[in-house]
Amino acid sequence: MAKNPEHRDLFPGALEIMILQSLRLKPMHGYALVKHIKAVSDNLLQVEEGSLYPALQRMLREGWLESETGTSAKGRPTRIYKLTNAGLRHLEAEVVSFEKMFAGITRVLAVARA
Amino acid sequence: MQILSRIFDRRRRYDDLSVSIQEHIELRAEELMEEGMPRTEAERTARREFGNVTQIKERSREEWQWAWLESILADLKLVLRRLKKSPGFAATILLTLAIGIGANTTVFSVVNCVLLKPLPYPNSGELVDLSLNAPGAGGLASFASGLQLSPSMFLTFSENNKTFQSMGIWTSSRSNVTGVGQPHQVNAELVSDGVLQTLNVPATAGRWFTAADQDPRGAKTAILGYGYWQRRFGGDRGVIGRSIQVDAQTREIVGVMPRGFRMVDNDFDVMMPMAIDRSQLRLAPFGYSGMGRLKPGITPAQASADVARLLPLWMDSWSNGPGTNPHYYERWLISPNFQLLKKQVIGSVSNVLWVVMGTVGLVMLIACTNVANLLLVRAESRQQELLIRSALGAGRARIARELLVESVTLGLMGGVLAVGVAYAGLRLLTAIGPADLPRLSEISLDGGSLLFALLLSVFSGLFFGSIPVFRYARARAATALMGNSRTASASRSRNRSRNVLVVAQVAMALVLLVSALLMIRTFAALRTVDPGFSDAAHVQTVGIWIPDLLEPDAEQVTRTQNEIAGRIAAIPGVTSVGFAGGVPMEGFDPNWDELRVEGKNYEGGEPPLMLFNYVSPGFFGAMGTRIVAGRDFTWDDNYNLRNNVVVSENFARDSWGSPAAAVGKRVRQFTNMPWQQVIGVVEDVRQHGLDQPAPAILYWPAMLMSPYTRPPTIDGPRAVRFAIRSNRAGTEGFLHELQQAVWSVNPNLPLASVQTMRDFLSKSLERTSFTLVMLAIAGSMALVLGVIGIYGVISYSVSQRTREIGIRLALGAQKSELKWMFVRSALALTGAGVVIGVCAAAGLMQLMKSLLFSVSPLDPVTFVTVPLVLAVAAMVASYLPARRASAVDPVEALRVE
Repeated sequence: MAKNPEHRDLFPGALEIMILQSLRLKPMHGYALVKHIKAVSDNLLQVEEGSLYPALQRMLREGWLESETGTSAKGRPTRIYKLTNAGLRHLEAEVVSFEKMFAGITRVLAVARA
Repeated sequence: MQILSRIFDRRRRYDDLSVSIQEHIELRAEELMEEGMPRTEAERTARREFGNVTQIKERSREEWQWAWLESILADLKLVLRRLKKSPGFAATILLTLAIGIGANTTVFSVVNCVLLKPLPYPNSGELVDLSLNAPGAGGLASFASGLQLSPSMFLTFSENNKTFQSMGIWTSSRSNVTGVGQPHQVNAELVSDGVLQTLNVPATAGRWFTAADQDPRGAKTAILGYGYWQRRFGGDRGVIGRSIQVDAQTREIVGVMPRGFRMVDNDFDVMMPMAIDRSQLRLAPFGYSGMGRLKPGITPAQASADVARLLPLWMDSWSNGPGTNPHYYERWLISPNFQLLKKQVIGSVSNVLWVVMGTVGLVMLIACTNVANLLLVRAESRQQELLIRSALGAGRARIARELLVESVTLGLMGGVLAVGVAYAGLRLLTAIGPADLPRLSEISLDGGSLLFALLLSVFSGLFFGSIPVFRYARARAATALMGNSRTASASRSRNRSRNVLVVAQVAMALVLLVSALLMIRTFAALRTVDPGFSDAAHVQTVGIWIPDLLEPDAEQVTRTQNEIAGRIAAIPGVTSVGFAGGVPMEGFDPNWDELRVEGKNYEGGEPPLMLFNYVSPGFFGAMGTRIVAGRDFTWDDNYNLRNNVVVSENFARDSWGSPAAAVGKRVRQFTNMPWQQVIGVVEDVRQHGLDQPAPAILYWPAMLMSPYTRPPTIDGPRAVRFAIRSNRAGTEGFLHELQQAVWSVNPNLPLASVQTMRDFLSKSLERTSFTLVMLAIAGSMALVLGVIGIYGVISYSVSQRTREIGIRLALGAQKSELKWMFVRSALALTGAGVVIGVCAAAGLMQLMKSLLFSVSPLDPVTFVTVPLVLAVAAMVASYLPARRASAVDPVEALRVE
């Protein structure tokens, strides 16, 4: 099950942020999440199923997400994941710290290049 | 609560997960179909893209689990299910382990309580025993723990040392208590100032002795032991201030010591101040145990050096009376040999205990190898399963973990059973163990023992589990699934681990059997030793003491003893009676002093010390000690003070060449004393136990002129032990009549430590018989386990080689040859084990030297017998499966798949 290194998660927490951010727009099921992230990132980011499902369970455990039982248009059982208030707070905090980190990295790279 | 709800919640989470993943795959498949892919291909592609569903599910679920713990629990469930399926296998292993771990826990409890735990006093590491080395003092220093202190030594040491916080001397005796119920004897301790301060345990009621109590002209006081206080006074706190009569002396009870407080290793009833009278002190006598509490940071060696420089001061400060040379003792070469009190308490028993501990440890190792062997066989039958699992991606660690979970589970289950075994074993051990085992009362199954059992369970589980792990966890798919059933015979490497185990087992069994047989030979050798008295079971002994306050006149004491002897002789069934200062193997020597033989010159002018006993007429007859030459004392000799003595045969031979030549010769104690004529020679007596050489003994009459008073006055032992020969010895009725006979002379005389000579004899054999029993049990367990091990290996190899046997038979092999082939392989393994074992035993038996008697640690009989026994056992153990091999039907064997 060799993974393409191009598509690996950048660093811990990145996948979670992307999931939280995606679910902030609207509740989605698992496959929709994969497609959404892929589409929004212009195919740059490919979420591995092997990482997605453990990550979803982890986030459910932390209380950032909640799952909802539903039935799809075709009558199949489905599970929709949606953001909780705790998840929203976590996302905002993480985004702030990420932005700081990106700014820091950008500056360091700029100095190194000059 | 949160944990519970999480566990209940879990099922819903797992459902959600399955639904999500199912949905994911189906949606993807639909997409692919929309792109024009046929349904089956689309579904397959979607699934492939998704990856390993089970693995992803598993990893997702782990988010809800304590992953590590739960997968171990899952392994555990599997293990238990498998064990339930083969109860015979489980029972064999558990029983082996329960006995092995149980035996080790039992012995460990004893070792821990006796050898390892500190003595029950505050800061007991500071306590030392004050004994002295005195190689020049002859037997006086050798029979007990070196030379003991004299009161004058104690005063000099205690007042001038620089290394002790406190020190004291003490001595034990039996005392008569009257005025509390019937007159009875109690264990008494006489203690000097400093003893209680040194032990530093506060009284539970009342107080310690004060300096005023130690004043010889002050008030007479006593402290009670806890047990005696409970038994005689019902634990009444009002006893403080009450009076008791101890040896006819009225004493006020001033304190009670707490439960569990012992004088070093003695349970005592009454403690009394020694009340040393400075003005009466001389250099001698040396009969007092000393103890001290070191200043912090001082070692016993430093304290010894400190006190060594005080010895000249001691000799300068005191004398043995006018005209004696106080520096005489320089010839004794006295030097302090202080050691930690604990070491002194434990004494030589540590030897026995470590041997026993080593022995059961070895049995445990043998048991573990047996269990490892069983597990190997089992792992072999699971080889296919293990290989499939590893082919499916289970890592080495994963498989190793499962095998180890199984073995540690077995170990722990065995450990639980073992605690029961240990509990029973401990009761058995304290029942059959030597009664003089120090700290016996402290032995219990405590937290330390349970921890030991737990650790032993886990480690033995890891140990016997790791052998199949090494063998199988690294088995890779290369050899995998190769269909080993098609190979004609077992591969060499497959049997190697089991063979090594069997060789180890045989070697260890050999060591144990050798040690057991050496002990049996020691015991047998001791049984043939003539103790110097006969028919011990029919010699009743009883101690009677007549204190000064009851009968001040020394001659009257002997007459009273004579009268008691007469009354006892009148009891029906008594054939003879006599008394003496002490009987053999009692653990008490009446006296040691110097003795001069007429016409003999002594190097340095001083003769060596010799053991003295004081005996009544008829004592030798009652004991069954043969008179080799001359005659016994008579009462007439006695009361007329005829200056007669009897000597032991070895002394007669040493001094005059033969027993007959000794009669009529003369000896004396000090040069200012009259000569004593030897009137008889008696056979040698093993005074200090069957395993100790018989000392030279001089027997004085029961009444004599004491050389220790000036002018010499009539004296005789006040504490004597009667020896009574009767077929009724030891019976209830006889003891009652004995008591009545004594009380008819004086109703205030109690009977002390009523024992037959056989009791003393078996006590002297106790340590040997205890070691023997332990080693014999361990040795037979080792033999049985070893035989089972050999049987298991041969029988397994027969079952594995059925096909080979079939081919051989089909090709015309003789059945007897086939049988021999298997027996031979068993003998080869045994032979290898024997060679290793003999070498190990030859080295290890040197450690047992001190426990052996007239048997060499390399005893040829033992070293020939044991290998032979093992070889025969191996042949029998392998013959049974070998016979099965020869009964194989070639047609059947070749058809078997």
